[in-house]
Amino acid sequence: MFRDVAFGQYYPTGSPVHKLDPRTKLLLTVLFVITIFFIKSYFGFMLTLVVLLAIVIVSRLPIVSVLKSVRGILLIVLISAAINLFVIKDGEVLAHWKIFTITKNGVHTAIKLALRLVLVISGASLLPLTTTPVELADGLEKLMIPLKIIKVPVRDIAMIMSIALRFVPTLFEETQKIMNAQKARGAAIDHGNIFKRIGAMMPVLIPLFVNSFRRADELSFAMDARCYNATDRRTKMKRLKFGWGDAVAALFLLSYTVVILLDRYYFKTVGIDIDLMIFGELL
Amino acid sequence: MAAIEIKNLNFVYSAGTPFEKHALKDINLTIEEGSFVGVVGATGSGKSTLIQHLNGLIKLQDKKHSSVFVNGMDASKRATLKKLRFEVGMVFQYPEYQLFADTVAKDIAFGPKNMKLSKEEIDARVARALEVVGLDYDKIASRSPFDLSGGEKRRVAIAGVIAMQPKILVLDEPVAGLDPIGREEILALIKKLHEEVSPTVILVSHNMDDIAVLADRIVAISDGRLVADCSPKEFFADRQLVKDIGLDLPMAARITDALVQKGVPLSADIVSLTELADALSALKEGAHV
Repeated sequence: MFRDVAFGQYYPTGSPVHKLDPRTKLLLTVLFVITIFFIKSYFGFMLTLVVLLAIVIVSRLPIVSVLKSVRGILLIVLISAAINLFVIKDGEVLAHWKIFTITKNGVHTAIKLALRLVLVISGASLLPLTTTPVELADGLEKLMIPLKIIKVPVRDIAMIMSIALRFVPTLFEETQKIMNAQKARGAAIDHGNIFKRIGAMMPVLIPLFVNSFRRADELSFAMDARCYNATDRRTKMKRLKFGWGDAVAALFLLSYTVVILLDRYYFKTVGIDIDLMIFGELL
Repeated sequence: MAAIEIKNLNFVYSAGTPFEKHALKDINLTIEEGSFVGVVGATGSGKSTLIQHLNGLIKLQDKKHSSVFVNGMDASKRATLKKLRFEVGMVFQYPEYQLFADTVAKDIAFGPKNMKLSKEEIDARVARALEVVGLDYDKIASRSPFDLSGGEKRRVAIAGVIAMQPKILVLDEPVAGLDPIGREEILALIKKLHEEVSPTVILVSHNMDDIAVLADRIVAISDGRLVADCSPKEFFADRQLVKDIGLDLPMAARITDALVQKGVPLSADIVSLTELADALSALKEGAHV
């Protein structure tokens, strides 16, 4: 069941992207996702796809690992695209049947919405695929340091996050084990209608929670035994450092963002329509 | 008809990724009804993957070339999956971590309930299962399983499996994490289950002493391959093989080796402390004559 949930699973290849500073990757991922929401033209989407493919190739990730993340939201994408397709009623009518009307505007909006969602998820999935949970937590901790001024317990938050991330696979594994044990006793977890399935999950969820509390208890003792929080001057074994790669990555993504923003706010005002130049009458 | 028939079983985890692992390689295995089979192998050798094929928790990957039959049922057939799971009782590692109900009785009744038995039959089976595992029905049935001691919890979990009265019982490291007395009790229980409840028992264990005493046949797996399938005596007599696949010898065999080094003439097929004691006392008698 959880074998197919690929989002968030680290995929080691040792590529330059994997070696980037986690702070760079965090910030650039945020920038990338925000930029995708500024795309207006099909040219913008094509450019994004090229950028995404470039990153995937440099990261030496198999394209399947990225597509797997998309598979999880495919249904949401299709439903929201379908809703847009039928709800938008302005513009040139392409087809009409009973209460359903499909307009040119509707088609464009639906396609763009689907592309946007797929690109956002693929882009965001690159971060956990190329960065270990520990690196991610370290990066977040560093990025949140300014919040210390207003007495936010940044270190503890980072510790909580890294523990949470660390235990995601453990919990998956544990869930799988308990599910197997209950299935072996004839539990109907993998068939029946949705209500039956939710009911059948209780014999899995209860032991899962009980075991998690037990584990949390043990972990807190182990941390105490190693003097966690005995001093506020904890040092790091691995210190984060920006390198040349980070500058290159930042420059690459910033120029992409600039092109997208130009495409949205500038090109049209000076009379350039790249979509029209590429696709012509197709639109 | 054999209880279990496995032909050319192969299994690969995460095929096509950096995590790819060939967990089982061309396993052929037939287990007769009434036998007590010990499955041994180092951690990660593929034992768990193998036993999970027996009740369809893991699906066959290559249906063309391989097959798993349990009591004549094809383990890859969805239609008989439930029936299969009731016939193959599976006690996983740390089974007490699967307890969920608010009373012991309800937890044990989970399996029989899924079998759609009548209420009277379920109650009878719960009482019988508790009796077999040596717990007092009146004292324990209405308590919460989470309030019990570690050993009691494990008994309750085992009772939850045997309440289905499976013809084949599979146990994965049933004594892990127990104190010495708890271990002895569970091992005695397994022997009893073999005699009274489930004629065919498959025991997966890292503890060679337990295996040597209980099993009448040993199946050894190393790196996904079946490397030995013989009696415990024959298996442990092959000292080199046991060492090569990363396993220990039973305590009795280790003592035998140490004695042989000191010049005591003992045979290499001693696997239990009783046998060792017998051999030694026979030697002593011989010296007196």
